[in-house]
Amino acid sequence: MPTVSVKRDLLFQALGRNYTDEEFDELCFEFGLELDEITSEKEIISKEQGNEKAEGASDVVLYKIDVPANRYDLLCLEGLVRGLQVFKERIKPPVYKRVMPNGEIQKLIITEETAKIRPYAVAAVLRNIKFTKDRYDSFIELQEKLHQNICRKRALVAIGTHDLDTLSGPFTYTAKRPSDIKFKPLNKTKEYTACELMNIYKTDNHLKHYLHIIENKPLYPVIYDSNGVILSMPPIINGNHSKITVNTRNVFIECTGTDFTKAKIVLDVIVTMFSEYCENQFTVEAAEVVFPNGKSYTFPELAYRKEIVRADLINKKVGIRETPENIAKLLTRMYLKSEVIGDGNQIEIEIPPTRADIIHACDIVEDAAIAYGYNNIQMTLPKTYTIANQFPLNKLTELLRHDMAAAGFTEALTFALCSQEDIADKLGLDISATKAVHISNPKTAEFQVARTTLLPGLLKTIAANRKMPLPLKLFEISDIVVKDSSRDVGARNYRHLCAVYYNKNPGFEIIHGLLDRIMQLLNVPPGEKKGGYVIKASEGPAFFPGRCAEIFARGQSIGKLGVLHPDVITKFELTMPCSSLEINIEPFL
Amino acid sequence: MADGPVAEVLLRQLEAADGGLDSAELAAKLGVDHQAVVGAVKSLQALGEVIEAELRSTKRWELTAEGEEIAREGSHEARVFHSIPQEGLAQSELMRLSSGKVGFSKAMSNKWIRVDKSAADGPRVFRVVDNVDDEVQRRLQLVQGGQAEKLGEKERSELKKRKLLTEVTLKTYWVNKGSAFSTSISKQETELSPEMISSGSWRDRPFKPYNFLAHGVLPDSGHLHPLLKVRTQFRQIFLEMGFTEMPTDNFIESSFWNFDALFQPQQHPARDQHDTFFLRDPAEALQLPMDYVHRVKRTHSQGGYGSQGYKYTWKLEEARKNLLRTHTTSASARALYRLAQKKPFAPAKYFSIDRVFRNETLDATHLAEFHQIEGVVADHGLTLGHLMGVLREFFTKLGITQLRFKPAYNPYTEPSMEVFSYHQGLKKWVEVGNSGLFRPEMLLPMGLPENVSVIAWGLSLERPTMIKYGINNIRELVGHKVNLQMVYDSPLCRLDAEPGPPRTQGAV
Repeated sequence: MPTVSVKRDLLFQALGRNYTDEEFDELCFEFGLELDEITSEKEIISKEQGNEKAEGASDVVLYKIDVPANRYDLLCLEGLVRGLQVFKERIKPPVYKRVMPNGEIQKLIITEETAKIRPYAVAAVLRNIKFTKDRYDSFIELQEKLHQNICRKRALVAIGTHDLDTLSGPFTYTAKRPSDIKFKPLNKTKEYTACELMNIYKTDNHLKHYLHIIENKPLYPVIYDSNGVILSMPPIINGNHSKITVNTRNVFIECTGTDFTKAKIVLDVIVTMFSEYCENQFTVEAAEVVFPNGKSYTFPELAYRKEIVRADLINKKVGIRETPENIAKLLTRMYLKSEVIGDGNQIEIEIPPTRADIIHACDIVEDAAIAYGYNNIQMTLPKTYTIANQFPLNKLTELLRHDMAAAGFTEALTFALCSQEDIADKLGLDISATKAVHISNPKTAEFQVARTTLLPGLLKTIAANRKMPLPLKLFEISDIVVKDSSRDVGARNYRHLCAVYYNKNPGFEIIHGLLDRIMQLLNVPPGEKKGGYVIKASEGPAFFPGRCAEIFARGQSIGKLGVLHPDVITKFELTMPCSSLEINIEPFL
Repeated sequence: MADGPVAEVLLRQLEAADGGLDSAELAAKLGVDHQAVVGAVKSLQALGEVIEAELRSTKRWELTAEGEEIAREGSHEARVFHSIPQEGLAQSELMRLSSGKVGFSKAMSNKWIRVDKSAADGPRVFRVVDNVDDEVQRRLQLVQGGQAEKLGEKERSELKKRKLLTEVTLKTYWVNKGSAFSTSISKQETELSPEMISSGSWRDRPFKPYNFLAHGVLPDSGHLHPLLKVRTQFRQIFLEMGFTEMPTDNFIESSFWNFDALFQPQQHPARDQHDTFFLRDPAEALQLPMDYVHRVKRTHSQGGYGSQGYKYTWKLEEARKNLLRTHTTSASARALYRLAQKKPFAPAKYFSIDRVFRNETLDATHLAEFHQIEGVVADHGLTLGHLMGVLREFFTKLGITQLRFKPAYNPYTEPSMEVFSYHQGLKKWVEVGNSGLFRPEMLLPMGLPENVSVIAWGLSLERPTMIKYGINNIRELVGHKVNLQMVYDSPLCRLDAEPGPPRTQGAV
């Protein structure tokens, strides 16, 4: 969930009234926001870097507000205020208009070289805008929030904003060899080639995260004006030449990306939020984008879409009984201008360009419910009549767990993920013999594979509890995972039961006795006949030679028991003899 | 029979004594070791109200072995002085005397003797004065006579420094008759024996009273893990509410069932390498229900079922990618898909509690794997009010009654609501679960009828357990670093009962 940080006093000024922290928290809760933290720049710095560094920092009160991940229109002060004011019916939702320029329209021409790397671009102009320090900061901050969220860290969309008065169109969006791109990037004093820049930014804490997007591509995206001035090298950096400042009056905005829909949404969000400060409020000057196939589009789209939803559907989904007129009023408070039409039961809803999150009637239903107030909805119990059933494997597991504890063994709960070493090397096995599934992106060795046996987890549990009095008797009944090409995903779980006995003597007879007890509980008689169970001398690298047996029950091998090999004991950092038992319980279902 | 001869004597003395007696005095009087009297006092105390004994501690000065020798035979310096005849003594000879070394230097500094270094056959020692006053001996004799208080603080500490005196603390009892005083106390039996039962001798025997303040001996037993005890209770609650358990025994899931089927777009941040464990082997799912896959693809990329869709290029390769499931909602999706294939539609209530995996940054409250609890109800005409009603009943069974609901965003539910409960301890509202109605874009491609709604909610198993058992670090609860003492000590899990203080002892 993105967090937006706004100055409290600025927020209250824009909202036209003051709130106590509790009142504002309550308002947020109702609207689906969360007042996450009340702080100040000074407090933040002092927390992160100590009191000394915080000396002289601003102590203006900041509200940190959590915004739902699909509400891009609430990612800045301007949007938050507009949303809340409409919600409280203090203002009517503004209507956003795209207008043609008096002179020639700004053009962005996309060449076909971009196709393989970043094929889409959209653009618009904010004409005669008036920034202040706070507005300017908010404008930059919004771009950053969009980059981090809908733009997927610039991978899907990257935004460039430029002082149009320093440039001269038409603009060209193309892709070139990195060595052929040379310009003075934002906030640098000399020119670098793209190759040099990629090197420089490797140590830049902010930009280094975006380099991978184009790093290994033969051509890098780049935007020029008609004089060959570089506006930006998306998605990495803008040029210094067209840098915007507090004094900039005309802003050229370009968004490039790999997802056309999202690029259009991002552009719509920026211009709807900041056209508030244009001389003609809420108007945006159009720009033309010519695609390589020659087709030309005008942006921003600023599309208003109409949906018709029946009032009784909304009532039925929410569980309320409101008149269509009331529902239309509720929706209007959510920035969705609505009116009753047709037979009097239909509501026509206008979805503004700021509400890209509304893609289905269910989204409209939710907004009606929010405006009605979730906590005002009458709670009722559904009449759904059903008979409950347990999942048989879990039912058996639950029964066995209790009797294992009654037999004097204590239950452990160990991780399903572990290192290759745990399930192979430490048990004297080769990893290829384990049929283990492998994780492709583990951050540490602890998450290399899913366990194929429960034994390592129990041995590690003992190792972490060596201070406890002996003997230690542990068990676990849980799932292991192995590859299995007969399953749709190519792997499956097996429910295993594992027990260990750790003491000054190996206690094979105790583990053997536990097996006898388990078989008694499962009603499996001793002996090979009539689906009984037997143990037969066997061997395994994890066991001490001559102290290992394979367990057969109901005509199949279900596991092994024995005294662990001293090498295994040592590798798990243990010092005492230990015997263990591990079986698959699924044959007993 | 009394409890040993000393106890017997003590009782007789006490009968005669007026106002009690001192254990040390009695020991001196009887000529026995003080410890023997103390033992008698304690054994009589154990009998109940026979005697009353008050512990007193007194400090006393005592002579050391060397001090006693001096009190008897005079100080080293005096002994040196007396051993010197009129005509003097060779220093070498003097030094051979037992008190020679110490006595010589002391007698010198007292100016009792002198050394003539010019004597013909080596240094010779002569008396300087005719008589000496052996102050050290006199003082030690005072202490010996119990008159240590007559010595000044400085004198005592000087003698202590010379290791002739030591201060000892003596613990004595002041013994008085108790309310059940008697001189004829018979020995008490400690336990009932089979012989006493058969002979009937238990009738005539007094029994030693039990100390009910002592701890009992804990039984040897196995223990269930606290988190899984809580799991059992949650299963119980769902079963009480008529919910059927879904199969969740597949940790490995395809991206299709984990994300795509839930209408979670392929560029969603949760599908990032940073958040999800993907598999290298087996890297891809082998089979997917292709008819259904096509409907899902169309809904994502073009919309349909009343939806605008996400309008992006949906890729099958992305859906085939195997992963460790990030939520059990993937199992719910499979269960709902199976439900949708059954005609005619029959309402269903499902639940599951099982492990899920996140490639997250680990800290005191987050691990890479945790348990998710999920409840699902599918029926015609379910409303948000129904969801809230079911949640109210569910949380009431957990002992949580004060609930409120906050609008929220989840990719696969709409409307969505976060569930908050008022935490009495923290004095604030805390999130206890997440819920919503599954999106039509998820349900309709499965083939569920259009007027069927599915309400669902989820929460983690670890969080309520940590609150329940007062555990701050999740590693103490889950995984091999568990504190087994905590497992041994953990109480029953009764979710609707008032929480008590955590009882884990010795958790080092």
